[in-house]
Amino acid sequence: LSICFRTVEPLEYYRRFLKENCRPDGRELGEFRATTVNHFLSSGSITTADGSALVKLGNTTVICGVKAELAAPAVDAANKGYIVPNVELPSLCSTRFRSGPPGEEAQAASQFIADVIENSQIIAKEDLCIANGKLAWVLYCDIICLDYDGNILDASTFALLAALKNVQLPSVTINEETGLSEVNFKQKNPLVVREHPVATSFAIFDDTLLIVDPTAEEEDLATGTVTIVTDDEGRLCSVHKPGGSPLTGAKLQDCITRAITRHKEVKKLIEKVIKSIKPK
Amino acid sequence: SSPSPSPGDTSVLAGVYGPAEVKGSRELPDRAALEVLLRPKVGLPGVLERSREQLLRQTCEAVLLGVLHPRTAITLVLQVLNDAGSLLSCCLNAACMGLLDAGLPLASLFCGVTCALDPNGAIGLDPTSRQEQEARAVLTFAIDSAERKVLMATSKGSCSVEEMQQCLAAAQRAADTIFQFYRDSVRRKYSKS
Repeated sequence: LSICFRTVEPLEYYRRFLKENCRPDGRELGEFRATTVNHFLSSGSITTADGSALVKLGNTTVICGVKAELAAPAVDAANKGYIVPNVELPSLCSTRFRSGPPGEEAQAASQFIADVIENSQIIAKEDLCIANGKLAWVLYCDIICLDYDGNILDASTFALLAALKNVQLPSVTINEETGLSEVNFKQKNPLVVREHPVATSFAIFDDTLLIVDPTAEEEDLATGTVTIVTDDEGRLCSVHKPGGSPLTGAKLQDCITRAITRHKEVKKLIEKVIKSIKPK
Repeated sequence: SSPSPSPGDTSVLAGVYGPAEVKGSRELPDRAALEVLLRPKVGLPGVLERSREQLLRQTCEAVLLGVLHPRTAITLVLQVLNDAGSLLSCCLNAACMGLLDAGLPLASLFCGVTCALDPNGAIGLDPTSRQEQEARAVLTFAIDSAERKVLMATSKGSCSVEEMQQCLAAAQRAADTIFQFYRDSVRRKYSKS
């Protein structure tokens, strides 16, 4: 009977749980789903990538692969490399996405990740420069969702962070005589990750209630979403509230406080995973 | 600095079409389907325009009483004529005035305000392109007219939590001027006839 009610009146079904301050999957309003990060071996999940990570936030599964290639730096930024993120929401991850060119949600997510990289200065682009004006690294970060169950922004940010921490760049020298670059694959240096931005998303229900880490079903029923990205010093890298129900400044402050707490939890998780990788 | 709806020379033209016939798959049974198209001054719309279209669409959907026009399509086209800074808040203001001018039912009005935090920590409203580039952080808010709550928020660069709250407070104060401008424009339009 409850399954019929859930299909016919999903919002009412949900409200019954929210009245008791919990959700159908048993979580409290401020509770996150189980978060796991996989870095198999020291080369990550994808052996052909320079760095990779698989993140699961409950059922939401996102994999990020980082490939490093060489390119000439831009004329107006001769000492900077490039980081190019791309978020893909293929049709395999959910029935809501059709195959073909990226939809609005994938493009908006890609822009969000690009903004997080820029705002948080997670990697200093100067670190990617090999020879001023001649050669620099380009990091292509491909974030692909394998299973969509809501909260794609948090999972993508986390996957990107974990993958970048995993990246080993081979050392490159420029031969003085020939002017050609020589890549030494045997000597690898880990990429310096300067900041650890962590995203925390909330769904707004009935204009007043805020619930953390929404599932796909909750996102569909919600009247708005808020995503806060914080860095190590408790500074805001991004406040992303794309429309939806209006919030007071105080409610926004509650979100930020919860996001700062979440940042500490995620940072501990990453450190635990890095420590567990045996050094080559 | 005092805010104005089109700071400096930034201007955006908004066109609202609808409620009109909707093509099969986009039809929603209980509400109007809103589509926002943002056309940059030069070039084809890219990922940044898609992301802004999503921000604008969800902001408009929050105030538009779409349930009064089910199974219809409302299209909002924004053409950027000139960008001299604070483009997103100009788009928001243009969108709201467009919806108002079209006579669509709205729960409240909204306005866009951009705040720039310069390297010294001073807050400037409606920054020019140059001020935006030099700023430590640029925050854009959409404030609603009913209770001055935050409908939309987006940020560039990083800032502390206190600075964000200060920018929000400044934006909420500035919203009063913009809403007065809406009122004056509409009064002027209807007093002519």
